[in-house]
Amino acid sequence: MSCALEIEGLFVRYGRDDVVRDVSFAIETGESYALVGESGSGKSTILRAIVGMARDWRGVIRVDGRDRVNRIDRQFARHCQMVFQDPYASLHPRRTVNDTLTEPLKIHGIGARDARVIAMMEDVGLDPRFRFRFPHQLSGGQRQRVAIARALMLEPKLLLLDEPTSALDVSVQAEILNLLVRLRAERDLTYLLVTHSLPVVGFLCDRLGVLRYGQLVEEAPVERLRAGTFATAYAQELYGASLGGGDRSGATVVAET
Amino acid sequence: MVDLRNTEADAATEGDTRKAGRMGALALWLTDDAPASRVQAQAGQAYAIARSFARNPLAMLGAFIVGLLIVVALFAPWLAPYSPVGQNLEMRLMPPSAEHWLGTDELGRDILSRIIHGARITLLIVVMVALISAPIGLLIGAVAGYFGGWVDRILMAITDVFLSLPKLIMALAFVAALGAGLQNAIIAIAITAWPAYARIARAETLTFRKSEFIAAVELQGASNLRIIGIHVLPLCMSSTIIRVTLDMAGIILTAAGLGFLGLGAQPPLPEWGAMISRGRSFILDQWWVATMPGFAIIIVSLGFCFLGDGLRDVLDPRQRDGR
Repeated sequence: MSCALEIEGLFVRYGRDDVVRDVSFAIETGESYALVGESGSGKSTILRAIVGMARDWRGVIRVDGRDRVNRIDRQFARHCQMVFQDPYASLHPRRTVNDTLTEPLKIHGIGARDARVIAMMEDVGLDPRFRFRFPHQLSGGQRQRVAIARALMLEPKLLLLDEPTSALDVSVQAEILNLLVRLRAERDLTYLLVTHSLPVVGFLCDRLGVLRYGQLVEEAPVERLRAGTFATAYAQELYGASLGGGDRSGATVVAET
Repeated sequence: MVDLRNTEADAATEGDTRKAGRMGALALWLTDDAPASRVQAQAGQAYAIARSFARNPLAMLGAFIVGLLIVVALFAPWLAPYSPVGQNLEMRLMPPSAEHWLGTDELGRDILSRIIHGARITLLIVVMVALISAPIGLLIGAVAGYFGGWVDRILMAITDVFLSLPKLIMALAFVAALGAGLQNAIIAIAITAWPAYARIARAETLTFRKSEFIAAVELQGASNLRIIGIHVLPLCMSSTIIRVTLDMAGIILTAAGLGFLGLGAQPPLPEWGAMISRGRSFILDQWWVATMPGFAIIIVSLGFCFLGDGLRDVLDPRQRDGR
């Protein structure tokens, strides 16, 4: 199996501090990998470095066998897209759903736009009646569906998910997670998920990496998460916190689905 | 339970039908919550803005005054009772009367006709200044805000230099250098007006520069030109339109000031500032010569201020909920 994404010795710097230190991991094509950790552990920063939003990094990021460079890269765009955390901030407020979804096609000069947009909207469970609505006329769940549709318009193989459900209501979280599972099966997608919710990981991923203070402390298959038998004390502690009084919403989601 | 829901649905449909009868098919088309095309979506958006604008009486008064200015300027030759330049020395300095509603000036010219024709000059100045300075300011501000770093520092340093000089003084300097005349007055005012728009566009751009919807288009591989032109500029537009409208009053005053000093439109053009300047010599005995064009300036300036305030209330994202 080839690697969809390889990261070797990655350091990411914000200001004067390295917030990610010497992180290495690889995701095989078709795999679903999660990065978990507390707030500030650097998990989102790794995603931002991959897509070029955090520019000050050292090390190797290899996407689809090609080294990542810090400039506009159309080929990268067609291979890897990202779904952002907050669907209220990730859609342009003055552009209709149709504009948002057509934009990647226009940038890459892809034709048959109307048909593609309608097909994609149906695929992510959006009524085509919403096609000419503005974001403020949509609910949070509908917005996130638009964001997922936008990420899939270029038919990428690797999808980066930055806490895709944390800004949504519990019932809507379940719908979006189910949608992500279905899309992955239908389109042979590779996922890199960033989250602090272990139940979401258990539902969506095959393997996970635990981050602490910008360092990868453990990598484990998802079975170990289900059994609750992590090798390191920190991962076990995180697992305990997740089961305890912390974030139970994700657990309910998995129970329901 | 099912029955109840059906009754509710029926009631809702009935309500909609009644509403449709009252609002008419067009309004229904405009307020459709599932627009069928891009045009309908934008028309609906414009309709919602127009409706909230219409609820503001001062804004409507402003729109009326500005509309009146435009109509008067367009149809000046048909509206004016006399020629704006035709002299009649027997009728010089006549007070307002049935024959000359606003009186005549020192060369016997009808002041009403001159004010009506002067509306053309005022409108020309205002429109040309807006057309020249707003795009320049928008572009410089958006580029500076989007790229940041040294591009931002250089562009903003230039902007600050222009911003630090008083408008009228700078316009005076430019007119003095370029020569007096309407064209040069327009250029001079435009040169002094753009820095404010650049500042606004930059500030606006910075608020969403790091936002995820810009990151998303960058991630799709869009060129910088495309991002600035299609994604950044439309968001700077409304605050710039508001500011330009509010600035119109200042532009009219600056133009009138240049005219008053004899550096703007040259005689015999009926420019309002120049008219006041000529009436200065008679201000104590023949007050109407200077006062009437003064009223015109005040009313039109106020109109633009009201319009700008009204536009700010409906367009400013900070004062609209979620649009």
